[in-house]
Amino acid sequence: MPKDNGIGASPKRREDVRFLTGRGRYVDDIKLQNQCFAVFARSQVAHGIIKSIDTSEAEGMPGVLAVFTGEDFTEVGGNPAGWLIHSRDGEPMKEPKRPVLAHGKVRHVGDAYAAVIAETYEQAVEAAEAIDADIDEQDAIVDMAAALANSDNLVHDEIETNQCFDWGWIEDNRAATDEAIKNAPHVTTLELINNRLIPNAMEPRASTADYNPGTGHYTLYTTSQNPHLTRLLISAFVMGIPENKLTIIAPDVGGGFGSKIFHYGEEALVLAASKKLGRPVRWTASRWESFLTDAHGRDHRTTIELATDKEGNFLAFRTSTLANVGAYLSNFSTVTPTILHGTVIAGNYTVPLTYVNVKAVFTNTAPVDAYRGAGRPEATFSVERVIDKCARELGIDPIEIRRKNFIKKEQFPFLTAAGLEYDSGDYHALMDKLEEMADFDGFEARKAESAKRGLLRGLGINTYVEACGLAPSNLAGILGSRVGLYESATVRVNATGNISVMTGSHSHGQGHETVFPQIVADMLGMSADDIDIVHGDTSKIPFGMGTYGSRSMAVGGSAIVRATEKIIEKATKIAAHMMEAGDGDIEFNDGVFSVVGTDKTVTFPEVAFKAYIPHDYPIDKLEPGLEETAFYDPGNFTYPSGAYACEVEIDPDTGKVTICSFSAADDVGNVINPMIVEGQIQGGLGQGIGQALVENCVYDENGQLLSGSYMDYTMPRADDMPFFNVDQSCLTPCTHNPLGAKGCGEAGAIGSPPTVINAVVDALSHLGVTHVDMPASPARVWAAIQAAK
Amino acid sequence: MYNFVFEKPTTVAEAVAALASEDAQALGGGQTLLPTMKQRLASPAKLVSLTGIAEMGGTSSTGDVITIGGGVTHADVAAGGYGAISKLAGDIGDPTVRNRGTIGGSLANNDPSADYPAAALASGATIKTNARSIAADDYFTGLFDTALEDAEIIVSVDFPVPLSSNYQKFEQPASRFALVGVFVAKFADGVRVAVTGASEGGVYRWTEAETALNANFSADALDGLSVSADNMISDLHGTPEYRANLVKVLTGRAVADC
Ligand SMILES: Cc1cc2nc3c(=O)[nH]c(=O)nc-3n(C[C@H](O)[C@H](O)[C@H](O)COP(=O)(O)OP(=O)(O)OC[C@H]3O[C@@H](n4cnc5c(N)ncnc54)[C@H](O)[C@@H]3O)c2cc1C
Repeated sequence: MPKDNGIGASPKRREDVRFLTGRGRYVDDIKLQNQCFAVFARSQVAHGIIKSIDTSEAEGMPGVLAVFTGEDFTEVGGNPAGWLIHSRDGEPMKEPKRPVLAHGKVRHVGDAYAAVIAETYEQAVEAAEAIDADIDEQDAIVDMAAALANSDNLVHDEIETNQCFDWGWIEDNRAATDEAIKNAPHVTTLELINNRLIPNAMEPRASTADYNPGTGHYTLYTTSQNPHLTRLLISAFVMGIPENKLTIIAPDVGGGFGSKIFHYGEEALVLAASKKLGRPVRWTASRWESFLTDAHGRDHRTTIELATDKEGNFLAFRTSTLANVGAYLSNFSTVTPTILHGTVIAGNYTVPLTYVNVKAVFTNTAPVDAYRGAGRPEATFSVERVIDKCARELGIDPIEIRRKNFIKKEQFPFLTAAGLEYDSGDYHALMDKLEEMADFDGFEARKAESAKRGLLRGLGINTYVEACGLAPSNLAGILGSRVGLYESATVRVNATGNISVMTGSHSHGQGHETVFPQIVADMLGMSADDIDIVHGDTSKIPFGMGTYGSRSMAVGGSAIVRATEKIIEKATKIAAHMMEAGDGDIEFNDGVFSVVGTDKTVTFPEVAFKAYIPHDYPIDKLEPGLEETAFYDPGNFTYPSGAYACEVEIDPDTGKVTICSFSAADDVGNVINPMIVEGQIQGGLGQGIGQALVENCVYDENGQLLSGSYMDYTMPRADDMPFFNVDQSCLTPCTHNPLGAKGCGEAGAIGSPPTVINAVVDALSHLGVTHVDMPASPARVWAAIQAAK
Repeated sequence: MYNFVFEKPTTVAEAVAALASEDAQALGGGQTLLPTMKQRLASPAKLVSLTGIAEMGGTSSTGDVITIGGGVTHADVAAGGYGAISKLAGDIGDPTVRNRGTIGGSLANNDPSADYPAAALASGATIKTNARSIAADDYFTGLFDTALEDAEIIVSVDFPVPLSSNYQKFEQPASRFALVGVFVAKFADGVRVAVTGASEGGVYRWTEAETALNANFSADALDGLSVSADNMISDLHGTPEYRANLVKVLTGRAVADC
């Protein structure tokens, strides 16, 4: 067994060779002969009635090949929501149509109402500017509470309300939860905002469509995290192009963080334009388009209550949330604030009752959808912030109050009050590890030392558990999913013994090309160097669901295990034939088949060769070839968990927060490549720290995006980060998938925001500050200090 | 970006002549102008690059006065060893910006959050153009507004050398321009305090602080002063009150570090 690149080894990321030497091939790198360019005309107002769009001047301009408006797409379907949520009264959610190009109304700044196709990009830009749209501006609907209160001014007139749904989880627990809170000896209440974020993938969205009039086949190169899902949406809902006539290729993709899960109108537009013109049509978002039109993340306003007894035993959590879905329902905008949020509201705790109410609200802002963590960061932030506040009110140590309420190791599998069955975990062990890592005993001395420099030091503690590895299809179906959530893999053993693995997972930075071969190498006793991963092309891979929800290893990796098991099964039969033994007498170890009790052996490459050169093959019993496909549907979500600690220093004169240290003990289940897991954790921590301290998407009351460029939208940078002290040694394997892996992609982004804010509040609590909203910017922290004075 | 004609003269006189045509604009390092053009917010018909003009390059020092050519990049000033001014230049933007952006461009642009205006005003600098010399006190006339006439070129800037000086920049988190920046310069004949980033009127001298510091050059001297939030900038990154607070805090720090 080549331990240097099997399971548990940390070979360097092979994809980085091409990424770091400029050999990556992103959508915008793909230049097709005879290509032309699409540029969109986008609304400058947040809300307006389209009176008329005069395209005549644009059509006559140099190089212009075609101009499209919403009128051209009245025959095609809308871009649907992938998840049906029902309101508390049993009514289905409101699903207003989301057209390819705005029709009748524009609903957010950046909403595309026309598109120009021209020979060159510059010509298309010039012509798009020449489109004369008469748009009658309406009052913008921006504030969620106002949107619900005002039924005269509607984002979508046809649904007669700005509310998408009013969801309760678990509705049957509502009365009992209310009762518990009414009768509790202590109730802590906290109002908080989960700040809206803009994903900011390094590579902007891009789509190039290539329709071949000779074959009637469409190829769409697009920045997608899940090419098959995009194809399904385009084929079954939006355009009706038969799936067999549509190939979707998501080549190298430069980050997604959720924003590239979804199908966007630009993809449909370039397909339609390519068909009309018989030429490849390309579009790449400029950065300002990314700011305005990528699906944003978070944006919750929540009131959370925690009822306890005097000793700090949790009796109930109750939350009430307004969740912004923006102007249109993006594909997973309805599951993110509901199922992915409400089901983890019990956190790591044995609390007997939880109830979550979420009202989703349409506003004249960009659509809001899943963003790294998707719903779980929002839940964790609410729960862990209110616990911290409660601990302070009751005078209980924040570690102590959490430990008191932890689900204990021996209680797993544990059915939580929020309805999920956690399969495994050991939260006390994680907290023990954290105490070892973070030197809590030395905190007071460090605080005194900071004080000498005029700085306020705070310590924040946090634990989290999340539900990821999305997801059991049957459960998802019951909960409203309109798609399955399995994953696929094909393992193709080539005649000379090397292997291509076709996976439905999609790597856009995660490192699948390095880590997936480690699994197959381990199982087949090969070197991972002889195994390659093929992904992102619907003409090459089996139908797959793609990458999001920390699912690639737990679900995609498990599919690879299943397909490889089938390979071993078949190869065993071939080996039996080659060695003239019964199938049952064959053992497979470290790449070698042997007949039990003899010295007869054949190697895996010899078997592979025989599979493709079957001259003396028992074709009545065995098919030639060695290629197997598996679809893996998980038995449950996976439940990574962790315990985090952060220390901050605050300059009280300026409000500036500096993170001094950050320790993270994560249980992500079995680890296939420790280096990649550590990188994922660190990246998640960085993103969460970004949310906690600097990132903020802000619209003004007219629906204009104030944070519409990097001059005003703060991205976390390396010098905002401390050196991370991370550990993944306290692991409890997932009990229901063959790898025992849970997932690590979102963990850091889920666990870190409350850790940072708990630390900030700890530093300021002696002044009477009980909460600071995110981002804890210098101005906001300073204002909190002034307000407490 | 719209199309434009590009010229690269080698003397100030040629540049002035080239700028005489309609919609011509000077191009320094392009770190402000080019992004604006890319966003199609500016559309000069002609760009006249100043980077090939020898008279505008180089720095020199007489001991009492440092003269910096209008075309000198932030990186070159940062490397020049001119105390607080070099430190200020080294904290502008990122390496690309510093390697291209020029002092002339920065002073001509007079962004309310830019750093150089504070240095020039606190130092009592003289802005020397192709046509005249302008005292800093007369030069900064408002947001993005200066005493420069059309087609007037900043050829060099004279900075009197103070006894001591310090610049405190509190960065706006996203752009890392100055949310507020305070430059304090102590001369034999008095203290000058210039504030950037804070006021809706652009860079200004905080004369109350100067008076207090002339009497007692220590951070404590500021204790009794209060900064009004009136006319302070309000944006995503700070309220007028916050900026007013920073003016005082940063002035105190600048004095302490002088
Ligand atoms: C990412 C980024 C970060 C930045 N951060 C900071 C920062 O932290 N602090 C800061 O102060 N600035 C910052 N800047 C601005 C930077 O300093 C610019 O270089 C400067 O403002 C303009 O100088 P320039 O030479 O690039 O001028 P240009 O962009 O070429 O020109 C700007 C304007 O000045 C005129 N002009 C140029 N040179 C002259 C001259 N010699 N005489 C007369 N008119 C002239 C031009 O016609 C134009 O109107 C940043 C810029 C960027 C892109």
